Amino acid sequence: MQVPILKQGEFLIASIQSALTDTDLLQLRDNLVQRAGDWRARGVIIDVTVLDVMDSFACRTLRALAQMLKLRGAETVIVGVQPDVAFAMVQLGLSLEGVMTALDLEEGMALLQRQTQRGGHNVRSSARAH
Amino acid sequence: MSDQARVPISSDSDIVMARQQGRAMAAQLGLSSTNQALVATAISELARNIVEYAGYGEIILELVQQGGRRGIVVIARDQGPGIPDIEKAMQDGFSTSQSLGLGLPGARRLMDDFEIVSQVGKGTTVTVKKWAR
Repeated sequence: MQVPILKQGEFLIASIQSALTDTDLLQLRDNLVQRAGDWRARGVIIDVTVLDVMDSFACRTLRALAQMLKLRGAETVIVGVQPDVAFAMVQLGLSLEGVMTALDLEEGMALLQRQTQRGGHNVRSSARAH
Repeated sequence: MSDQARVPISSDSDIVMARQQGRAMAAQLGLSSTNQALVATAISELARNIVEYAGYGEIILELVQQGGRRGIVVIARDQGPGIPDIEKAMQDGFSTSQSLGLGLPGARRLMDDFEIVSQVGKGTTVTVKKWAR
């Protein structure tokens, strides 16, 4: 299942449409890192609203993705983690530490805009950016 | 939908299939959506363990009634290498593969009951249960 990647100004939006296998997740990671370079993106939003499970593999892959993008000069925001998914992740002991999160696409865009406007990629995450 | 299902596990798409089937049965049982998510996530971790360590195996899902309460039983079974040191495998952060080592202890935290039987060279069977309240 390919995840469509849209370009919106300096940002890329990866909007997950259905459940993803491990292979799909790895492909998303590789595609996004490649596209972020091709399109000189400064920020990437990954919308996980439709995911009803985020297990250890998914969390590990998304964390790696965010770190890889950071090394390529782009910030990553994960948006749309559902309440049940958040609960299961906490029970399982998983976190998206080091990755910015926002409630939804709109909040994610606003967050990226603030992050990238304040000059450079070394700006500290704001309190709500976690 | 029947009260029992068997999902053969040998690839990552089977992991998705098993957890979707498990969620559907948890919903049929009447579990809250939060508990459905816990069951689906536990199945995902157990099924991935099968793929990672044994290569193939199966997930058996069953709706049961026991002493006046109803629940869902998930059995993850493989005939892989087995686990030499179960106590160690149940520790958070212990993993012999590249994963986070959350599979078994994670599944235990997500579910109500947890049982593991493993024999080196013969395989591993993990049984977890979630009860409807």
